[in-house]
Amino acid sequence: MLSKRIIPCLDVRDGRTTKGIRFKDNIDIGDPVGMARFYYEQGADEIVFYDITASHERRSIMIDVVRRVAETIFIPFSVGGGIRTLHDMREVLLAGAEKVSVNSAAVRNPEIIAEGAEAFGSQCIVLGMDAKHVGQSERIPSGYEVVINGGRTHMGMDALEWALRAERLGAGEICLNSIDADGTQEGYELNLTALVSGQVTIPVIASGGAGRPEHLREVLTVGRADAALIASMVHYGAYAISEIKSYLSRCSIPVRSTW
Amino acid sequence: MIAIIDYDAGNLASVARAVTHLGYACTVTHDAEEIRRAGRIIFPGVGAAGAAMASLRRTGLDAVLKEQFAAGKPIMGICLGTQVVMGHSEENDTVCLGIIAGRVKLFPARLENASGQKLKIPHMGWNTIRVSRPHPLFAGLRPEDEFYFVHSYYPVPDDPSCVLANSDYGIVFASVVGYRTMAATQFHLEKSGRPGLRMLKNFCDWTPSE
Repeated sequence: MLSKRIIPCLDVRDGRTTKGIRFKDNIDIGDPVGMARFYYEQGADEIVFYDITASHERRSIMIDVVRRVAETIFIPFSVGGGIRTLHDMREVLLAGAEKVSVNSAAVRNPEIIAEGAEAFGSQCIVLGMDAKHVGQSERIPSGYEVVINGGRTHMGMDALEWALRAERLGAGEICLNSIDADGTQEGYELNLTALVSGQVTIPVIASGGAGRPEHLREVLTVGRADAALIASMVHYGAYAISEIKSYLSRCSIPVRSTW
Repeated sequence: MIAIIDYDAGNLASVARAVTHLGYACTVTHDAEEIRRAGRIIFPGVGAAGAAMASLRRTGLDAVLKEQFAAGKPIMGICLGTQVVMGHSEENDTVCLGIIAGRVKLFPARLENASGQKLKIPHMGWNTIRVSRPHPLFAGLRPEDEFYFVHSYYPVPDDPSCVLANSDYGIVFASVVGYRTMAATQFHLEKSGRPGLRMLKNFCDWTPSE
């Protein structure tokens, strides 16, 4: 049976991670390669790197990080943030990432999804989407709107329609982040996740709001997610990945239990 | 030296990195002479069967692979490589290499798990395998070990004894196939953590007995 994936997300700025593991003094908490290795050994099923480097000139630093991560861990990992063109995708994939994720660039130019899928295969192309609850309207029938710029810019697009369109364009997976739940550690947005995951035929990674193992149980069952993204709950040492997996396993949720 | 066949089918560097990490020398190549000189061959790939076969025919590597198999060289197929060594693929209705007789089929559209939930295609993520025929490839693995899959098609060998292991995804399908000096996994050995690396190492050390 296919296991549900548990995926830590690392934010990287100018080649350094921006959140660290407080209680681990034996690794450099700012080093994305060291942290990737730590989570790989802890049983992460995949790792997501989100590059929040502000300037385009410093992007090459991230490519070097990707290359070193690829030499260190032997599970899939994806890279998102600032990927705008086929050239950006190619650079990241050639450096060793399994997948690239496009978010605002795809909102502005949906064809980038089709072009990426054509050039590298759908399995490489993840649509990253930030959605915000705005209530149902004629323009937003699902009640969830696509937003960019950390939720500051509303795009007037329905989140469910965008997910279905991205799937038709060739996205291989959707990483669905709830702007409302993000950073709260009070649980994923279950309605949004179930709505999108129930309609698309590609896997959905739930993102935003994870604070306790129960939240993962909810989103992987009620929320119908195929995978769950986690950040602070593991970065600051509140939980170990193995601990989360043991809990999920006790709840009869299939997870990878040896590595 | 291990030759990793380069035929415009995805990122082969990750396979090379895994082999290097294990301490074996390898080269990513499309040069027929280099492939002939190599002690063993890894045939990876992601993408579509049609484009992959077109590329193999254009470069003449289809003939080189068949010739090297006939010569008794150990060959490891991975993912698309595993599908392309079969006789025919439903993907783009493609005639493939035919090193292992059989077909490659698309997962049925309405797949469900044991509890009646709809399953998505591609089959993407970690899954277990059930060994149906002992093989040196499986040395040191545990039954609960999982491997990373990304695929919508799966191999169906004509001869059931070519199925080395099965996996479940709504249906039971062959996830490892083998015939003589050819062994092939539907999952990504190079992305499957410790068990994947172990199986890759087993291949690198494998001396077929025939």
